[in-house]
Amino acid sequence: MLRLPPFDYYGVQSVEEAVKLLSDHGPEATVVAGGTDLFPKMKRRQMEPRVLVGLRGIRELYGIQPQEDGGYRLGPMATLTQVSLHPALRAAYPGLTYAAGVVSSPQLRNAGTIGGNLCVDTRCTYYDQSYHWRKAINFCMKKDGEICWVAPGSPRCWAVSSSDTAPVFVALGARVRLVGPEGERVIPVRELYGRDGINFLAGKRPDEIITDILLPPAEGWESVYLKLRRRGSFDFPILGVAVALRRNEDGTVADARIVLGAVESYPLEVPDAAALLVGNRLEPEVIEAAAKACFKPARPLDNTDLTLYYRKKMVPVYVARALRQLAGQPSDQARTA
Amino acid sequence: MSTNGYDDRKNRTNLGSHLKKETSVVGRPLMKVDAMAKVTGQATYADDIHLPRMAYARMLPSTQPHARIVRIDTSKAEALPGVLAVITGQDLPIKYGILPVSQDETALAVDKVRFVGEPVAAVAAVDEETAERALELIEVEYEPLKPIMSIEEALEETEVRIQEYGHGGNIHKMVSLQFGDVEEGFAEADYVREDLFFYQGNNHLAMEEHSAVAYYSPDGKLTLWSSTQTPHYVHRALAKVLELPPSRIRVIACHPGGGFGGKSDPFHHEICAAKLAMITGRPVKITLTREEVFYAHRGRHPVLMWVKTGVKKTGEITAMHFRSMLDGGAYGSYGVATTYYTGALQTVTYKIPRYKFEGLRVFTNKPPCGPKRGHGTPQPRFALEIHFDKICEDMGWDPAEWRKQQACEPFSLTANYLRITTIGLKECIDKVVEASGFKEKFRKLPYGRGVGLACSAYLSGANLPIYWNDMPHSGAMVKVDRGGGVTVYCGSTDIGQGSNSVLAYVVAEVLGVRPQDVAVVTADTDLTPVDLGSYSSRVTVMTGNAAIEAAQKVRDQLFQAAADELGTTPDNLEAAGGRIFRRDDPGVGLPFAKAAQLAEARFGTLAAVGSFTPPKTPGRYKGAGVGPSPSYSYTACVVEVEVDPETGWVRVPKVWIAHDIGRALNPILVEGQAEGSVYMGLGEALMEEQVFRRNLHKIPSMLDYKSPTFLETPDIETILVETNDPHGPFGAKEAGQGPLLPVPPALCNAIYDAVGVRIDELPVTPDKILKALERKAKGQEPRVGPERMPEVEWVEPIYVEPPSLEHDPSLVPSANP
Repeated sequence: MLRLPPFDYYGVQSVEEAVKLLSDHGPEATVVAGGTDLFPKMKRRQMEPRVLVGLRGIRELYGIQPQEDGGYRLGPMATLTQVSLHPALRAAYPGLTYAAGVVSSPQLRNAGTIGGNLCVDTRCTYYDQSYHWRKAINFCMKKDGEICWVAPGSPRCWAVSSSDTAPVFVALGARVRLVGPEGERVIPVRELYGRDGINFLAGKRPDEIITDILLPPAEGWESVYLKLRRRGSFDFPILGVAVALRRNEDGTVADARIVLGAVESYPLEVPDAAALLVGNRLEPEVIEAAAKACFKPARPLDNTDLTLYYRKKMVPVYVARALRQLAGQPSDQARTA
Repeated sequence: MSTNGYDDRKNRTNLGSHLKKETSVVGRPLMKVDAMAKVTGQATYADDIHLPRMAYARMLPSTQPHARIVRIDTSKAEALPGVLAVITGQDLPIKYGILPVSQDETALAVDKVRFVGEPVAAVAAVDEETAERALELIEVEYEPLKPIMSIEEALEETEVRIQEYGHGGNIHKMVSLQFGDVEEGFAEADYVREDLFFYQGNNHLAMEEHSAVAYYSPDGKLTLWSSTQTPHYVHRALAKVLELPPSRIRVIACHPGGGFGGKSDPFHHEICAAKLAMITGRPVKITLTREEVFYAHRGRHPVLMWVKTGVKKTGEITAMHFRSMLDGGAYGSYGVATTYYTGALQTVTYKIPRYKFEGLRVFTNKPPCGPKRGHGTPQPRFALEIHFDKICEDMGWDPAEWRKQQACEPFSLTANYLRITTIGLKECIDKVVEASGFKEKFRKLPYGRGVGLACSAYLSGANLPIYWNDMPHSGAMVKVDRGGGVTVYCGSTDIGQGSNSVLAYVVAEVLGVRPQDVAVVTADTDLTPVDLGSYSSRVTVMTGNAAIEAAQKVRDQLFQAAADELGTTPDNLEAAGGRIFRRDDPGVGLPFAKAAQLAEARFGTLAAVGSFTPPKTPGRYKGAGVGPSPSYSYTACVVEVEVDPETGWVRVPKVWIAHDIGRALNPILVEGQAEGSVYMGLGEALMEEQVFRRNLHKIPSMLDYKSPTFLETPDIETILVETNDPHGPFGAKEAGQGPLLPVPPALCNAIYDAVGVRIDELPVTPDKILKALERKAKGQEPRVGPERMPEVEWVEPIYVEPPSLEHDPSLVPSANP
């Protein structure tokens, strides 16, 4: 079987300790939360940290707590299972709990954490391969190589943002607290992400860790997440659609955000499409117009399951289905996991 | 899953009475003999074996699809502390291969590599980490050659050859057979239709990766434990490559964690483990990674097919012409047999009086294809059953009634001289049509929902062995202990299908004891008589008959001894319930152990052997060896689908499958085989594909190579049809492979019923459905599938005059064999 490379593991008890280790060891170190993404990638030598800082011993990184402002604080070490089954979160942020509940398989949701899912590595069928496989194509720019095989003329890496929860957090306007050697700061989740597949967590310095995920009050906000994938379990998204919106008493949309997952190297916000909803009721033609407006910005490439044409074609279909679900209209959910 | 069970008598027809007999074990839903060991984690798989001082080995994969090896330098790897031995192709230069006509493999590449992932060197070290580090220190210099990655490229490229043998260029094998004048048949037809199909290649995806442990003892004896389906063939290959006498090699097949045909060849890792054990004097284990399993492969051949059939207005087929082109990968494996199989069983379901088959297999720079469940027959069956569905549609025929009308006759010969014995095809069709409500649903369900029907046949073991010989295909030995315990020894390999249980059941039935009183010793070349292996659905029929013969011989001795004691003659005795008793006065009898003691006192040690050799094959033409079987199983299947026309997603709520099993030795095991076949068939139909990009496997992992989970697995209703075959043990036929065959075409026929588009290539991915729907909306042919067959100069066919297809009373055996 594939074996892990050698590394030192530090099971720390506090955020300060963790940050100090990250700072001392620099790029050689990385944190491990649930490890469901990291360890397989280490076995394939996609990541070769010499130092692992294990967060599981830090008590304050756990828990799901209501906040005074009516929002919620999620400890990044809360498991995906805990988030997906939390009754109050399910009532307030159904899109989020649904997204957490469709990550991978039950066993991996029991181990994988919500913070880990926010930071999950970008994916690509040229990159998510063993060392020997990657050697046969002379590697790619994300690890050990020079070129992006998906778009060989491109200066950037096109690995795909593959988090189910990130698009929902962005749509909900969530923020994260980051703690590093120079202190702490709070930034919107959307600012965590960079604009290419390598530097996909550009908003977070390598020696910072996420200590809190802060959800704004759900008051009046509705949310939904739909996921395209081949099977009802295991699979990463090859398209995610997160919609959060608020409606006026007359049913017109007051505020809306549409965020697409797995069609770019970061959660892709489509403000132009969301703007088409504002001021209108969720009537079929409004939904169609907003769905159509998501087609062009989505840029899937040929580096995941199914063809890029198909995934692009599915963008408006899934956006429309997400909106219809919010509007309470019949929406074929047969294979919309 | 199955709603029908062993207790549902109405679903079990008994067509024959000549074998009817009361049984106490056969036909009952008993537990598998190894069930407790498996569910409690006690069963020993090859990777569970840990021996003192054991070393671990890893193999270096080629990074080139096609290249000359200019230089290999292993010195740095050898110098790494913890490394015990490093070998390359030069250490194991003798070629081997499963078929005598395709001895084209070496344990490690010699001079040339032919696909990315092909093992080039192997390292034994104190642990896997060290072995892996050592691999990175091996320097290999390659001189790249042109990679050939498709059937078309292989046919076009004649200068650069992957192998130096075969039909010429990169064509490995070409076959051309004609039974009767098909042109005359097409001229007689009222309607002639041609279609093209493609069936993508796929892997077996057994849960267990291949694993082997080798030990070379100080007295010069090699033992190999391996997850293999064919210990006998591994035994032969080891003797050849290692140049050891077979008497100094012992091969033990462990419980394999699934086989499906993927563990039927002798493999690189088995030979390397053995060689490294001989060099180091330590036990050596090699367990493949999942990626390496995709490279070891031997999976379903991708096959491009063309079929032309003529029919009369009255429904009869007048002639069929079938062409297949197989993408074989870089080595022969079973490929010559596979090529024949893509043409052999067309004639066994429906009456085809004139038949022409042309087939070829090409070499490409990919992992070698081989036998996977159904071995070369699911692809043509996919083509045929959709082709017939189209013909029925064109002619306005009911697809179920037409199939019943054209079904082959029992005890008849086909155009290509395959001997059909019992055939429960019509009953299978009736049962699935009734259970599924096919008549009420077909062409009547609302848009987006549909049903499809397909049928198939499969062999219960090949009549010819893989290497030419006149010896039996299966041997069994039964020994009776004076305490009443019984042991059956047989070379057969239980790969989960339950062949060990079958041995216990049939021996228990004959001797009148309980299966738990029968110890089963199998798949050990030192201890057990030869059985050729778990492939071609041969084991129940062949080992079952061999074990019955052995048990009957022992029973004869028991009866002779008991008859004297009970004051009667042996023919008035019966064995049942752990007793041997008088038939005319069942109260008078002996406990089994007492009879055993009397018999041992009289005859000496109680043991007997039995063996099975398949019946002679009537076909007398070159190529007649592929296809004949003691009997054929039959299957009919209805698949119901829901197709989302907006996304192209296909959901399968339910599958009904009726299988002519001859006789179910254990109905639970037969249903399990049918359900597993439905699951695997749907996986091939909807998702699985062994595909390549930039000259290497695109997705060699269980995450990215999509295969259904049980969330995607539909409700499956299995119906068993019993025809009591005269060649089967207690009337049994096969169940392990046949039920897969009709599933993919039934699915595609259902999709057509649901949304009116034809998907003539597998897998049926949602993008293909959308593409076909778009074509339909534009008024184009609502179809996705291959557009053309490459031009090839076929060899002149061997012409054979076909027999009559009618029932032939001379083929009915006079007595139970």
